[in-house]
Amino acid sequence: MSEYQNDLKHIRNIMERSTTFLSLSGLSGVGAGIAALAGVLVTFFILDGNQISYFDGKPNSINPETEIEIAIVALITLVLGLTSGLWFSWQKSQKQNLPFWTASAKELLMAGAMPLLAGGLFSIILWKYDLFFLIAPTMLIFYGLALLSASKYTHKDIFYLGFCEVVLGLIAALIPGYGLVFWGIGFGILHIFYGTLMYYKYK
Amino acid sequence: MKNNIDITYINKDFESRVRLGIMSALMVKDWVTFVDMKEILQLSDGNLASHAAALENKKYIEVKKAFIGKKPETSYRATPEGRSAFQKHIEALGKLINPS
Repeated sequence: MSEYQNDLKHIRNIMERSTTFLSLSGLSGVGAGIAALAGVLVTFFILDGNQISYFDGKPNSINPETEIEIAIVALITLVLGLTSGLWFSWQKSQKQNLPFWTASAKELLMAGAMPLLAGGLFSIILWKYDLFFLIAPTMLIFYGLALLSASKYTHKDIFYLGFCEVVLGLIAALIPGYGLVFWGIGFGILHIFYGTLMYYKYK
Repeated sequence: MKNNIDITYINKDFESRVRLGIMSALMVKDWVTFVDMKEILQLSDGNLASHAAALENKKYIEVKKAFIGKKPETSYRATPEGRSAFQKHIEALGKLINPS
C-alpha cells in the first residue's frame, strides 16, 4: 500500500516541479525590501539636503542635479534589490539541490518581464513630462501586474503580493504627494512582510 | 470485486519511477525538451533515453527532433493514448489507497 502512496506522492512532486519555480526564497523578498527602504531613506536625505521638506505638502520644484541624483539612487536600489533577490533564491536552489535555471524559471521571467519593462519605460515617459507624482503609483501598479502574471509559475503567495501592490498603486495615485511613502510601503514593507511569511512557510 | 477491476488499470508500463516521472511531467506540460526533462527528474542521459524509448514504443509519448543551429534537440509530448492510460493509472492508485 505505501508503495502506491509513494508513487502518488512522486507524481504530485514531479507535476509541481515541472510547472513551478520552487526555489523562490522568502529571503529574496526581505533583501529586496531592505534595499527599497534604504533607497527611500537616501532619497529623503537628498531632498532634505536641498531644503525640501517632503511632508509640508507644498509642490516643490527640484533642480536638475537633484533629479539626476534621485534617478541614480533609484537605479542603485533597483540593482541591489534584483541582486539580493537572485542571490537568495540561487542559494536556496543550491541548498535544496534543485536546478535554478529551469523551464519554469524562464517562464516566470518571461511572464513578469513584459509588464515590468512596460512599467519601467512608462515611468521614464512620465519623468520626461515632469509628471513625477504619477511615477511611484505607476511602478507599483505595473510591478503588481508583473507579479500577478508571474504567479502562475511559482508559489501562490506571489499572487496576493501582486494584488496588494496594484491596490496600493491605485490608492497612491488618488493621494498625490505621498508617492515616496507608498513606494516605501509597497516595495519595502510588503516585500519584507511577504518574504518573512514565505520564508517560514517554505523552509 | 470492485478492487479487482481497479487493479487491472495499474499499468505495468508505469511501474518504474522514471517512467512515472516522465508521464507526470508530460501530463502538465506540452512539449518538454530532453534537457529540461533531465533536470526535472534529475537523471542521467542514458537512463532517460532508454525509458523514454520504452514509452515511445508503447505509443504513450511522441518524440520530436529539431535542430537549434547545429545542435539537435529532442522533445517529448504525451499522446492522447498515453494521457488516458496514465490518468487511469493515477485513479487506480488513488482507489487502492482509499478503497470506497
